[in-house]
Amino acid sequence: MREVVEKKVLSENDRVAGELRQRYRDENILCVNVISSPGSGKTALLEKTLASFPQGTPVAVLTGDLQTDNDARRLARYGFPVRQIVTGGTCHLNARMVERHLDEMGFKGPGLLLVENVGNLVCPSSYDLGEAAKIVLLSVTEGEDKPLKYPGIFHRSSLMLLTKTDLLPHVDFDPQLAHENARKIHPEIDFIALSSRTGEGFPEWLAWLKALQEKVLQTSAATIS
Amino acid sequence: MHEVGIASSILECVEAETRKRPEARFAAVGVRIGELSNVDKDALTFAFEALTRNTRLADLKLEVEWCPRRQKCLACGEAYEVRDLDLRCPACGENKSTCIGGTELDIAYLELEEPCVKS
Repeated sequence: MREVVEKKVLSENDRVAGELRQRYRDENILCVNVISSPGSGKTALLEKTLASFPQGTPVAVLTGDLQTDNDARRLARYGFPVRQIVTGGTCHLNARMVERHLDEMGFKGPGLLLVENVGNLVCPSSYDLGEAAKIVLLSVTEGEDKPLKYPGIFHRSSLMLLTKTDLLPHVDFDPQLAHENARKIHPEIDFIALSSRTGEGFPEWLAWLKALQEKVLQTSAATIS
Repeated sequence: MHEVGIASSILECVEAETRKRPEARFAAVGVRIGELSNVDKDALTFAFEALTRNTRLADLKLEVEWCPRRQKCLACGEAYEVRDLDLRCPACGENKSTCIGGTELDIAYLELEEPCVKS
């Protein structure tokens, strides 16, 4: 005898993510979930992003890794609240981890919460963290066909950042082709090419964040400048 | 890569049902896995078997329904399966569509064992 269940496999994660989403709405927090392979430049992106904010800007960072607090130490130099989530082997962040560390950090809105996921293009795409947007990074030292090889994350991401563009003269990488491949999976995906070393593309990236913040946090004035 | 976590979430759901109805015996659990869910069917089956071995759920079967990516055309309303990454509508050729399938990661059903008939 067959009994219909109809339940999401990750319904418990989805439930906690729903609570986080409500909390972000209530407190006027814009949360973005930054995802990429290991070594594509997530931490460098966040460093440069934090460096561009005036002191006192309401911004906090949660950064996930299997081991070490190296990233948190790198990011803490910019004077904003940063907390390391050590997953101890788990290959992705889940909503419960974010909830716990957010509570412990005591970050209150309004403001911007940057979540740096564990370096992995596969598993983080399945776990909703209550974020307003997923942002996927692809660096120019990887292959242009990564969107085709890992369609799940490119399908779910609102923005693709092509990173390390300062290396373009030294590598055989076709940015146009990478963008086209991402659009094959997700025609509406936004695309910005940038370099965290030279700052190329950062005005566009910061404008994208600000526009998202204005869209999501309709009730309050923008908190990042 | 995270199939062990997925398999254990499926088993938690089965355990919850078992607690609700201790008399019920489950023969199989049916799941739907979408092409865009980033879950590998073989790895999931392997993880499921490893987690149930030598437990009271050792005889529980995992039945996987694989769901391809499906789109619905925003111009003509055609619903279609995506082949070779080509998102264009096979009916009218438009490239404006919305995803209606392929992200599934659902528990669809539980198969109950038929009660033994005592002779």
